[in-house]
Amino acid sequence: MVRNSSAPYSLNPISPLTYAADITVMLRSAILDVQGKTVENALHTLGYAGAGHVRIGKHVTLSLEAGSLEEAEKLAREMAERVLSNPIMEDFVVSVAATTEQEAEA
Amino acid sequence: MKVGVVVFPGSNCDHDAYTALKHELGVDTVFLFHKEHDLQGVDAVILPGGFSYGDYLRSGAIARFSPIMNEVVRFAQGGGPVFGICNGFQILCEAGLLPGALLRNRDLRFISRHVQIRVRNTRTLFTGELAEGQILSIPIAHGEGNYFADPDVLRELQDGDRIVFEYCDADGNVSDASNPNGSALNIAGIVNGRGNVLGMMPHPERACTPLLGSADGLGIFQSLKRSLEIVLA
Repeated sequence: MVRNSSAPYSLNPISPLTYAADITVMLRSAILDVQGKTVENALHTLGYAGAGHVRIGKHVTLSLEAGSLEEAEKLAREMAERVLSNPIMEDFVVSVAATTEQEAEA
Repeated sequence: MKVGVVVFPGSNCDHDAYTALKHELGVDTVFLFHKEHDLQGVDAVILPGGFSYGDYLRSGAIARFSPIMNEVVRFAQGGGPVFGICNGFQILCEAGLLPGALLRNRDLRFISRHVQIRVRNTRTLFTGELAEGQILSIPIAHGEGNYFADPDVLRELQDGDRIVFEYCDADGNVSDASNPNGSALNIAGIVNGRGNVLGMMPHPERACTPLLGSADGLGIFQSLKRSLEIVLA
């Protein structure tokens, strides 16, 4: 890809940038995580007596085309709210970064 | 009178619901494919049990975005009767047509067995032919049927008499011991505020003829048929 390095990427509507989004979805802390509890018991059985508060969630990674980091973060959060999590029972954390390819070009 | 049974990829109780309505009760019944945008003029919609989209992400999370669901939501918002069974209940919660969510069962096991449920509200489109306090023997078959909602939502459900079925023992006692999956308030089925959307985890369509071990579920479909007869008369 060849871009004019002096032009800000966000002003180029034709070729959006690619970002990498990481979304972690966890059961809300108020909800008993029976899966985590069962794994915790297994860890204790194996002798890891000090292991506690085991909670199990989901980790979603995806690539995202957007005009700017802000836009990419907004989109990722929207996806997490609408699809990737159920706000009634889950919380999520979103982190978005430019991909290495862009970093190299920049 | 025509009833539609929605078919998602992974639905597996669609034919049971179809058979209960069509062959046990003689109701004109059609399948509605998930990719369709048209409810074919049906007077009621059934969201059947199964594992739509393999239960990927969360039970019901992907089915909610099927093209047909836009129509189902519109139909429900217009007052049309919508009945979600098991996975159908999960889809109704994901779609926001019913409050709350279905968590993993308390003991993590997938439970497949007959349970007793008590009829608590007979003033719905789906329970008019049942008696208050009647005990039904109906199978459950789910890994995620543990009904959860915030305390204020649970209060709303109680105050609004929206808990339609609750898990009980053979004598009708509603207790922790008769709660198979950890559901809040032993909730097995709830209705929306307007009374036209019912969701329940037990499978009445699998208990519609004595050959299946119980015909206790038929009364729910009979109630729906009767309600439609009155509405369409």
